[in-house]
Amino acid sequence: MDLTSRYFNPEMETLDRDGIRALQTERLHSTLRHCMNSGFYRKRFQESGISVEDIRTLDDLHKIPFTTKADLRDTYPFGTASVPVDKCVRLHSSSGTTGNPTVILHTQRDLDQWANAVARCLWMVGCRPSDVFQNSSGYGMFTGGLGFQYGAEKLGMLTVPAAAGNSLRQLKFIKDFGTTVLHAIPSYASRLFEVMVEQGIDPRRDTKLRTLVIGAEPHSEETRRRIEDMLGVKAYNSFGMSEMCGPGVAFECPEQNGLHIWEDYYIVEIVDPQTLEPVPDGQIGELVLTTINREAMPLLRYRTRDLTRILPGDCPCGRHHIRLDRMQGRSDDMIILKGVNIFPIQIEKILMQFPEVSSDYLITLETLADNDGMTVDVELKQMAIDDYGMLENLSKAIVRALRDEILVTPKLRLLPKGSLPQSEGKAVRVKDLRKKF
Amino acid sequence: MTIHQLSIFVENRQGTLIKVLQLLKEAGVQLIASTIADTVEYGIYRIICSEPDRAYSILRDKGISVALSDVFAIELDDQVGRAADTLTLFSEAGISIAYMYSFLLKGKGILVFRTDDNEKTCQVIREQGLKYIPESDLSKY
Repeated sequence: MDLTSRYFNPEMETLDRDGIRALQTERLHSTLRHCMNSGFYRKRFQESGISVEDIRTLDDLHKIPFTTKADLRDTYPFGTASVPVDKCVRLHSSSGTTGNPTVILHTQRDLDQWANAVARCLWMVGCRPSDVFQNSSGYGMFTGGLGFQYGAEKLGMLTVPAAAGNSLRQLKFIKDFGTTVLHAIPSYASRLFEVMVEQGIDPRRDTKLRTLVIGAEPHSEETRRRIEDMLGVKAYNSFGMSEMCGPGVAFECPEQNGLHIWEDYYIVEIVDPQTLEPVPDGQIGELVLTTINREAMPLLRYRTRDLTRILPGDCPCGRHHIRLDRMQGRSDDMIILKGVNIFPIQIEKILMQFPEVSSDYLITLETLADNDGMTVDVELKQMAIDDYGMLENLSKAIVRALRDEILVTPKLRLLPKGSLPQSEGKAVRVKDLRKKF
Repeated sequence: MTIHQLSIFVENRQGTLIKVLQLLKEAGVQLIASTIADTVEYGIYRIICSEPDRAYSILRDKGISVALSDVFAIELDDQVGRAADTLTLFSEAGISIAYMYSFLLKGKGILVFRTDDNEKTCQVIREQGLKYIPESDLSKY
């Protein structure tokens, strides 16, 4: 491995646009042929009256129907797979709280390619085998844990699977192990800094931290700069999603101006979420991805629901893989809080289990002292309670049930009937007042 | 033996009490006693009034979160220690008081409280010959 090279995989990373198109066309063909091993895609193609031979060039891609999260749920657990399950070595699953979970299967080859993609991202921002990489992601089903673990190991770094939480222990690791690279969601990076201040630790003087990898949570350029100033590091935006393996899909280069998405792994489309027609480069739309380097479970034209745009122009870093702007939100109502994906319907479902409260609610997302939090306002139905203790217990029971469902502890505000703003038509359920964008 | 008290769930916000009182005023309902504790976000505003059942319907129809609760209203002689003596009777009978407040009505001390056992409380009142205010008396005030 050439330690002085800017590239982890020079051949792929420096492909020019023609080279990328040629590779994508070839890999699309093989992916499509492979997809016909999947009962789901075989049926989908038959129903749509198209065959693999109809897709000759990248311009024919639009003939293929979109794949959605609902498709993954409907084919739960293994219906979308293009290889027999016994050829797979890993499974990641969403929590499935809004219906069937979405399951993603991996063969050994998939895991290797995933690790390569993550290693490529980390190498791009200056990580080398002499670095110490600490991962404060949750492990288990959350792909940010094992995804970064394998990628960092593939690169050759000493990798510390610190996992989420326990700030004092995180700091001890950072100091004692000489951590130089930390992966954390932005709000947790801020939290760690608070604890450093409390402990009298100066990150510049007392730690070797140099690079932060931040992602899984929408954040603004201002937030990034603040994190960089606080910790004395360079912070790079990371984008991934479990349906596309996890981290390693797109990543900022040292220019910190857009995230290169690896086009030897994915074919990128940006479509209007309403018309589903492509939007011109530079315009915001929904990111649609086709995997062309996956074995167990290729996905064709998968609607990610993430809104972004393609940044026009060349990047001075020498990579011609297109750059995505930081995510601008969602085309569905999913909330991303502290790296956790939450749908308002999950909250509604829990509230409906409590007959004392009405199903009207308002979710407010706020940034307090650099920490993102959620407040749920809910109206007490016809009051049948004359007891502070019972109100307290009701409130606690609801918070507990919500936490078990969404994995984040919200603040609950009980309100009298008629307090929530009445809106005509679609009720406004979510107010996002977080510092971002 | 119990009387109806209005228990109103209110937000800790300017104007919420006035709204309730204004509605009672418009309906010609006489306030006899009321109490609310200071809390951070919400409170239970408890009211004894002349026509609790009618007041309840009016408030409910206006979208107020209101409940009718059964509470006891015991009349005490205006003497030192009467409240202590009375509560001791309930305590000795194993009855817990959920909340209590008191006020003066026509020179008599009135003790309002809710207990965890209405049946037992009635029994104590009967056996001890305590003087209580019946629901039917409220409209006289």
